[in-house]
Amino acid sequence: MSKGIAITGMGIISAIGNNVAENYNALIEGNKGISRISKIETIHKDAIMVGEIAATNQELIDQLNLPPENNYCRTALLGAIAAKQAVAAAQISDITTYKTGLVSATSVGGMDMTEKYYYQYLEDKNTQKYIEGHHAGDSTQKIAAQLGIEKSLVTTISTACSSAANAIMLGARLIKSGKLDRVVVGGTDCLSKFTINGFKTLMILSDTYNTPFDENRKGLNLGEAAAFLVLESDAVVTAENKEVLAYVKGYGNANDAYHQTASSANGDGATLAMQKALKVAGLDAKKIDYINAHGTATGNNDLSEGRAIINVFGQEVPDFSSTKAYTGHTLAAAGAIEAVYSILALQHNVIFPNLNYKTQMKEFAITPQTSLKHKALEAVLSNSLGFGGNCSTVIFSKQA
Amino acid sequence: MKKVYIQSIGSVSAQKTFDNNEFLEEIIEHHDNVISAVNPVYKEYIPPAAARRMAKGIKMSVVASTIALQEAGLDNVDAVITGTGMGCLIDSEKFVSAIIDNNEEYLTPTPFIQSTHNTVGGQIALGLGCKGYNFTYVHGSISFESALLDAKMQLELDEAESILVGGVDELAAHTVAIHKVVTHVKAEAVSSTKLLESKTEGAVFGEGANFFVLSNQKMENTYAELIGVTTFNTLEKSTLSETVTDFLKENNLNVNDIDVLVQGNNGDVKFDDYYHQLSANLFSETQQVCYKHLCGEFNTASSFGVWLASKILKTQRIPEIVSLNDVKANKLETILLYNQYRGENHSFILLRTC
Repeated sequence: MSKGIAITGMGIISAIGNNVAENYNALIEGNKGISRISKIETIHKDAIMVGEIAATNQELIDQLNLPPENNYCRTALLGAIAAKQAVAAAQISDITTYKTGLVSATSVGGMDMTEKYYYQYLEDKNTQKYIEGHHAGDSTQKIAAQLGIEKSLVTTISTACSSAANAIMLGARLIKSGKLDRVVVGGTDCLSKFTINGFKTLMILSDTYNTPFDENRKGLNLGEAAAFLVLESDAVVTAENKEVLAYVKGYGNANDAYHQTASSANGDGATLAMQKALKVAGLDAKKIDYINAHGTATGNNDLSEGRAIINVFGQEVPDFSSTKAYTGHTLAAAGAIEAVYSILALQHNVIFPNLNYKTQMKEFAITPQTSLKHKALEAVLSNSLGFGGNCSTVIFSKQA
Repeated sequence: MKKVYIQSIGSVSAQKTFDNNEFLEEIIEHHDNVISAVNPVYKEYIPPAAARRMAKGIKMSVVASTIALQEAGLDNVDAVITGTGMGCLIDSEKFVSAIIDNNEEYLTPTPFIQSTHNTVGGQIALGLGCKGYNFTYVHGSISFESALLDAKMQLELDEAESILVGGVDELAAHTVAIHKVVTHVKAEAVSSTKLLESKTEGAVFGEGANFFVLSNQKMENTYAELIGVTTFNTLEKSTLSETVTDFLKENNLNVNDIDVLVQGNNGDVKFDDYYHQLSANLFSETQQVCYKHLCGEFNTASSFGVWLASKILKTQRIPEIVSLNDVKANKLETILLYNQYRGENHSFILLRTC
């Protein structure tokens, strides 16, 4: 059993809000951010729905005061905005006072620019600045620069939909080991033709609002978002008299080792991840008050994850819901935005509803929480399950 | 805290390195600005039907990791941690160009799936039936070092006993072409023997997969002890020596304890300066070794550097082809590796005989 790692700040930008307060209001009002896509020209635009962020790239550039010659892709823009919010919320005036690192996560990286200028790169000098922004680590380097993090441990995790949860996990371990005093952790992904078409070929995109854990679910809605947390060691929290929002209490990563994109019928990987997280937290399953599920509304995930939850919690499945009906599936950022939502749940003692739910899945007797519920919460478990069988669970707690 | 060891290695590179019984006896002298990996006989490791559909990066990784596992006498590990700069690029290119060329029609999922960065880690886990911890780091030239650091932390705390760690990147035509346009790749072909003296911009791009079984148990055939690894997003040339000395001090070492300095010089006149900073000053009396003239430059090329350093410590010899200066170390015990790419993402690694 180990002590939790303090979370002292968070920032988020998603289809349901441009900051933490806006996201929280949308969650309690039941206002989903799913719509038809507007900023990307795709032949699928009438056949899919997405969780798109309202701001254009230029608006984000202006918000960050970037010079015109900048080569920020949308992933980097969203990430920088959310990360800066988190650091400000953590009341950090001088990031260099303590040994600070950054662990980000992304799957799209600069692909939004690459897919736009793929052939033009060879001829058009004006587009060439985006070439070096393609690789996943570049957006992280830019976020580090925006935060003033230099000569430090800065890295990027890319394990599909579990990426940001993994970033949070690594951050907690880096503080536990004493390698860092403080670390900014999270993830960012923007919408792209690449991912839209990729998921379309896998035939798991819904043409309507996604319905997690519903018997008649048709698939996921892609979303874009960025969210970051600031984790700080006990020493820093004490020295700086910081307000702690919640703690990263437990975490676990396991591999389904079943198939490249589908989850095993019994959710082996997810089961193992949840069990590992509970072990690290030193908590019994019954101490979990709410599960923010991965719940993408694909046929495969919800069945597999549902079974895994039953494997771990038996007859006593806690209240659970997926917030993806609000935001869509934000891929590498999912674990981070859902971390923010888990922390908000703890802070406000509220369980967010699993929207759009009508019919119980025939395979099991559990049903998600479909209305906003006020309940004293001590520990929230968040799942993020990705391609390549990558399964991650993070447990957040009110107390250390 | 337990000690961490490199128990075994496996390499597919632009040299014939997939046979662990050899050590650069035969050198392939490249005369190009892009150098491809020497392919092992893939069907000796992967059923031909599966290999046909596999991305090159996945194939190279499966071979390298199989060799490492075989050498370690293991058929499974507790965790799989990979580093890659750009993942399976050929499939990424295939998918994105198909989207553009066919206006989003007639697309198939395979290239999309193989383009996700953790496809190698996922594929290896699938092949081994390994349900353990599985992370993929994608951060330019410290992708491999991030994986190494993660593994080291777990092994030190006994959270795992053996971990498969690897670095992999593959060449892809369009990506090479656009990097040529922005002078990241040398404009002209260069002979590998002349690369490190090059006065032109850009590097010679390469590809490869280098995998290692790391363990906290010392075995008879263990290659080396992994003493330390550290990464920096940015560093200044002017304070580089200070950073190195601090890193050595943290590991109870000083400059004189370093028998060999292995650096990632890639012949890019704009950025090899970082290496000169160390080789001309702090380490001017130390035996210096380079390797990118053999394996080319790619985000995880430093994993080839670790392969080389491991071989040096095990065989207790330094092949002439990698020697940079005339200083000869009087013992081969402690090696410091330094790498960076285009002035960013710097890493230092310390290895020692055990």
